[in-house]
This record gives sequence, structure tokens and C-alpha cells, in this order.
Amino acid sequence: MLRGMDLRGGWRELGGMTRNPKIRLFAVAVLVLTIGAALCANFLAPAGYEHQFRESPGASPSSQHLLGTDDLGRDRFARLLFGARVSLLLAPLAAAISTLLAAFFGGMAGYFGGWIERVALVVVDLFLSIPWLFLLISVRAVLPLNISPQSSVIVTFLLLGFLGWAVSARVVCAGTRELMSSEFVTLARATGFSGLKLVRLHLLPNLRGTLMAQFWISVPVFIITEANLGALGLGVSEPLPSLGSLLRELQSVVTLRPEPWRFIPLVVLVLVVSCFEILLNHSLISSRGTSEVRA
Amino acid sequence: MRRSLSFCVALILLSAAMLAQTGGEMRFCIPSEPNTFNPLLPQEVSSATIIYLTGGVLLRVNRLTQKADPELATAWKVLDGGKKIHFQLRDGLRFSDGTPFSAEDVAYTMQKLMDPGLHSPTGDAFRSGEGRVVTNVLSPLSVDIVFPAPVANLANLFDAVPMLSSRSPQKDIAALGPFYMAEHKAGSYILLKRNPYYWKKDANGKQLPYLDAIRLEIELNKEIEALRFSRGDVQMITALQPDIFEKLASQNAKQVQDAGVSTYTEFLWFNQTLTSPIPPYKRAWFTSTAFRRAVSEAINRADMARIVFHGHAQPAIGAVSPANKFWSNAKLKPHPYDPDSALRRLRQEGFQFDRGALRDKSGNEVEFSIITVANNHARENMAAMVQQDLKRIGIKVNVVTLDFHSVIERISETFNYEACLLGLLYSDLDPNGVMNVWLSSEPDHQWNPKQKSPATSWEAEIDRLMRAQASSGDERLRKQYWDRVQEIAWEQEPFIYLVDKNALVAISPKVKNAHPSPLHPQTFWNAEYLALGNDELANRKGR
Repeated sequence: MLRGMDLRGGWRELGGMTRNPKIRLFAVAVLVLTIGAALCANFLAPAGYEHQFRESPGASPSSQHLLGTDDLGRDRFARLLFGARVSLLLAPLAAAISTLLAAFFGGMAGYFGGWIERVALVVVDLFLSIPWLFLLISVRAVLPLNISPQSSVIVTFLLLGFLGWAVSARVVCAGTRELMSSEFVTLARATGFSGLKLVRLHLLPNLRGTLMAQFWISVPVFIITEANLGALGLGVSEPLPSLGSLLRELQSVVTLRPEPWRFIPLVVLVLVVSCFEILLNHSLISSRGTSEVRA
Repeated sequence: MRRSLSFCVALILLSAAMLAQTGGEMRFCIPSEPNTFNPLLPQEVSSATIIYLTGGVLLRVNRLTQKADPELATAWKVLDGGKKIHFQLRDGLRFSDGTPFSAEDVAYTMQKLMDPGLHSPTGDAFRSGEGRVVTNVLSPLSVDIVFPAPVANLANLFDAVPMLSSRSPQKDIAALGPFYMAEHKAGSYILLKRNPYYWKKDANGKQLPYLDAIRLEIELNKEIEALRFSRGDVQMITALQPDIFEKLASQNAKQVQDAGVSTYTEFLWFNQTLTSPIPPYKRAWFTSTAFRRAVSEAINRADMARIVFHGHAQPAIGAVSPANKFWSNAKLKPHPYDPDSALRRLRQEGFQFDRGALRDKSGNEVEFSIITVANNHARENMAAMVQQDLKRIGIKVNVVTLDFHSVIERISETFNYEACLLGLLYSDLDPNGVMNVWLSSEPDHQWNPKQKSPATSWEAEIDRLMRAQASSGDERLRKQYWDRVQEIAWEQEPFIYLVDKNALVAISPKVKNAHPSPLHPQTFWNAEYLALGNDELANRKGR
């Protein structure tokens, strides 16, 4: 969906950085801290994400509201923690679904080749050519109205997972095809390895790095996609926050006030996505190393 | 009161004459490409704006006094209880291409307007009964128009009927208003130039309009419009959002103005349609007057006006905004915010409030969804406030934001929704303009449209009163009928009116003679008197 970026270029550039264990440790620490704070949101922000302090809408940071309040007087710190919980827990779930689907369809296409591969790639092209944003808006419009905000956000991420596998499938297909033409697979087939045995012992272990990379790529992509949906007023419904819906405060260039605390959700999103990217690059480097060893 | 209003208007016109500076091109934005340039078919804001600025009308409802002022007609008289109207026309008028204007043109315009093939909403307002509308040209300067049945508010309806030329070789663009359409660049702008034959002069006998031209820039994005205003590219903005209003006010308080409460109302209603796919027990809640009144009492409208609209809105009272001076029922008071009273009402109706949750007689937990249009920040915030307010009386509300077309499809075709929060601009002050909302048989009777016979006794009573006021030529009697309709609507609350928005406008200090009105068009209702200050003129000439 949002994968127009050339990861290989970034990989080379970030390669040096991600080899630095201190930076990797920093990325892990940030993610652990963010996820930990999100999980402990009930204790860290007892005000809750939905209570409207109507006497102090748009308030500046204070001891009562560490990041101030939003336009309706809701505690921005609480909304950030609960929003991070929603995005950071559900984005990996969606990423796992899309990676599994990509592994299945891409793997099947690469394994069988011929007309099955051609059909699978046509389906992938079809998926890539669909305007996803409009499709998601339409799908959201036909969902039942009386579902709780929690269910609504889970459905949104599940949809993202089920719809976002096409690019990964193409990568997995290419990887599988390359493996199928390798000498060790030819040797394995010549010695009578059955299909399942071949997949289990040779294909999956060699595709593990690719699949992990696709998973780590998908996590930030889904966080940003949900942010885009949130900015359209879709996806996560009131009063539940997500990192995406929190960014809506920054939507208006005219009325945006130069108050640094309003930008904290954006900073957290950039930080989290960057940390995922650092770990992803490390994973890609490791997987390349592993592939070279196995080949 | 009337004397003081007349004095104010006279003062405004006099000050306009004193401040008059001829020339210059003023710019402001319209939100889209006009759907039509046909003066008899205004469909949306953009085409209505062009028609207002170019069209010459027989009389004009003054946006400050809300009374009809003579324009192309010097006098008129409503006869036969509203079945006939006589107009005496101004002498020596010419269209923008020089073609003379006469009673023949009035007859031609009425013939075009009442053509059933045109489907003109303006024409529909004149259709009072079966039969033809006959225009009798008595002389080049006097004309009678006869209708098959009495038409309520007959004279004021001509405020929306721009006169067409029957003889001009340039029928499409010949205009009697202060400007005519000179240039149109699709998707970019529309240039209106001064009508050289415009009849009106100021108090000093100076030819109007003062401006040479008005350029209407097509700009959908309200934020870009505000940025362009800040840069000085455009000189006026109509219908500002409260947050943008506050931002512009912080830059220069003199460039924005709160013109007071408008006729733009935000409201909520429950789906009472029998054919809707909602469970019968929920329909029973929604059709219960006590339930609707309780929900209404539990909503804190004052908080909504203060927080969502930054104080630029008033808690709504009922079906007619106080901005509509003559037709609003002054006896009605705002519904009080009283959650305790709301709970008492619900208990009397058999609801139980237990451990923070409200249950009906059958033990069903009270939960419903409110749909509203996505990406309308104010409306989403209003829905969130309703959600929290109703939580206090144990009602669980799910807010669902949908794209505009999905909302319209649900409320007008599939009826697959439970409650809806929307806003409406009442541009027609007369109760006839909302017949389509209040008659139970009409498709815009949103809570239960297209009824074969009224579902409730109070809807039957509203039907009777609305038909009675529509067929009466006695304004006092019509006012009594319409007041009673407002009282029934206040008691039954099929629409739970939330807030009446204020008319917020931005007008550059360089624009002279602007006197914003809460009624549409707020900023340019007196376009012929608008002028640009010297520095602005110098800038324009320099470009």
C-alpha cells in the first residue's frame, strides 16, 4: 500500500548505523519503553483517554495533564499512551497476517511456477492496482454500526492485514523461485524429497529472513496506513485514540498553534517507525548473511 | 423597532456614499465550479453566488431588516389573498448589453420559471395549486401575475427570481444586477465585471457599483482560502470555521467579525422509520417522546457551543433560529441541561438505571450509534460530547463517521442507521421553505419520511398547520400556525436541535462599506456598495 520506498537504498545507507550495537540497543530500548508504557497506560494515566475536562479544553501542560489537553479537554498524555497501545499491538498482528498470506500465495506461486505463478502474479497485480484507501472507506461503510470502538479498531487492522499482502507475496515468490532453481534444491528433489519435506527442510528455513523482513516492513507501514485512515476520520472511532487519530490535531496548517507538546504524538510515531526500521535493516543484513551461508 | 432598523439602513447607505471609492477588483472564493449558470436554477453555493451578484430582481429582502426593498419594481401589491401580485416597474432600465427592460421581460421570465421541464426549485415555491400561472402585461411598466391558488409569502419569493431578457441577443449573459459575467476559466476563476447600465446610484448620485470587478476564485480547501486571505490574495471569506476565525482574529481582530447567530443549525435525530432494519425494541425507544426528551435534557448544549464552537454558537431552541426575527417563536426557551430530570423521565417510562447502565423494560441495555460525516472536525467533536453526556445517564453511544455519500444513502434510501447528527442551513426564512421537512409525506421528513398517513397524532397536527399556513394570505395567521408547529416540535423533539452557529466572516480592513449579516450571503449582500480602500487599489494597479 504505502511501499513506494526503495528499501535497498536505505538499507545500504543505514547499514553502517544498524551494525552499531549501541544504536540497535537504543532502538530496542525505545520500543520496549514505548510498548511498556502503552501496556501500563491504566496506571500511568489514571485520567483515562475519554474523560472530557470541559473546564480546560486545549490546556497547556501542567502537573495534572503532562501534555496538556486536546480540544475537548481530554488528557493528551493518556490518549498518547492508549493510542500507542492500540497501534503498537495491532500493527504487528496485521503484519503477521499479511506476512502469512504473502508466504502462502507467494510461496505457492514460486514453488509451482508455470501457469500457477502467472495467475498468482496477475492476482497480485490486481491487488496492487486497486485504490485501497477507497476500498477501506467502503468496507468501513458496510460494517455494522453498533460495534464498539475496540472492535472497530481490531477490524480495521485485520482488514489492513488481509489486504496488505500483495507486495510481500511478490518478494516471497521471487525468493522461492530463486531457491527452486538452486543446486541444493535440485539435489534434494533428485534424492526423492517430497513436496512438504522440501518446503519444511529447505524452502522455509531459507525464506525465514525474507519473511521476517517483510513482517518488520509491514509493522510501520500499517501504523502509518492507520494514521492515514485516522486522518480521514475512519478506522478508529471515538473516543478510542490511536497514533493516527492523534495526528489529526496537526492536520490544520492554518490553525496549528506553535505549541511543542502538540507534536509529541508525531515524535513518538517517527521514533517508533525509525526504531522498527533500524531493527528491520539489521534483520535484512542478518538474513542476507544467513542466505549466503546456506547457499 | 422598525423605525430604528430603517434608520440604521439609511445610516449604512449614507456612510457607504461618504466612503465611496470607485474602481478596483475584489476577490473572494467560491467552493466549487458552478453547476449551472442558468439564473433560474441555483443549485449550490457557487451558482447561487453568481446569480446573486448578476441577477436583477423585482424586490430584494434586505439582509439586515429582513424586509423587502424595491429594486426593479418601485411598488407592488399582493391581491386576492395571495393569488395575484401587481408590480409597477422602474422606468428606463437596461440589461448589461444595453437591451431595455420592460414588463414583457417579467412575463418571459415567469414563463421560463414555471416551465415544468426546467425543474426549477425557485419555480416550485410558486406552485400553489393545479393550473397555469398567467402574467398579464398591462403596460410596458406594469404587470400582474396571477396564480391558480394563494401563494404564501408571495412578494418575498421574488427575491430569488432574477429577470431574464426576452429580446437580448445575448440572453445567457445579459444581466440587470450590479455585475455581469465577463470571463470564466474552468476550475480557476470567474470574473464578474461592473454592469455599465446598472440602475442604482448612491446617496450622492454616484453610479453603482463602486467596484470595477469581482473575481470569484474557485477554492474548495478552507485552509488554503484562509492562507490566501492572510496573504491578501482574497479580501473576504464567508462562513468561517470557528478555529480559523480565532486564528485570523489573533493576527488582526479587525479583519474578522462575528455577525451573530445565523440560520445554520446543528441537530440530531433518531430513525423512526418503520421499514428500517433496526430491532423493534430500539424503534420503541426512538418513537418514545419521553426517551427523546430525556436524551435532549442530558445533552449539555452550552458546553458544546463553548468548547466546539469557541463560543461562536448558541444553544439551539427549536426549529427556527432566533436569527429569523419574524418567524421564530420567541415564547420558546432552550431545553435545560438536566441529567437528573432526564433520568426521572426515563424511569417513568420503565427504564432502569443500574450500575452505570440504562436498561429498558425488557432488560435490553440502551445502546445506539450516531452516524455523521467524516472529516468534519466540529461535528465529530459534537458527537463525542453527546457520547460523554449520555454516558452519565447510562446510555452507550457508538460514534460512526462515514463518507458523505454513505451517510446520505443511509438516511434517505436504506434507512440503515439509528441516529444521525447533521447540520442544515435554512436559507429561506419563510415556513414555506421547510414544507418538505415538516409534512409527513415528504422525503425530507428525516425521522420518518414518505408516510402514507401521519404515524402520530402530533405529526397529523403539524401537517394540518403547515398546509393551513401555506394556503393563507394573512401573515398574522400564518405566524400563529407556524408558532404552534414550533411548539409541537419543541415538545416532541423529532429533531433534537443542538446549536445555532454564528455567522463568522473575514473581511479585509481594505474593503469599505461591508456590513456582514447573519443571513446568506453574509458578506456581499450589498455588493454594489462594496469598495476597496486606496492602498488596495494601488496594489491592484501595481500588479
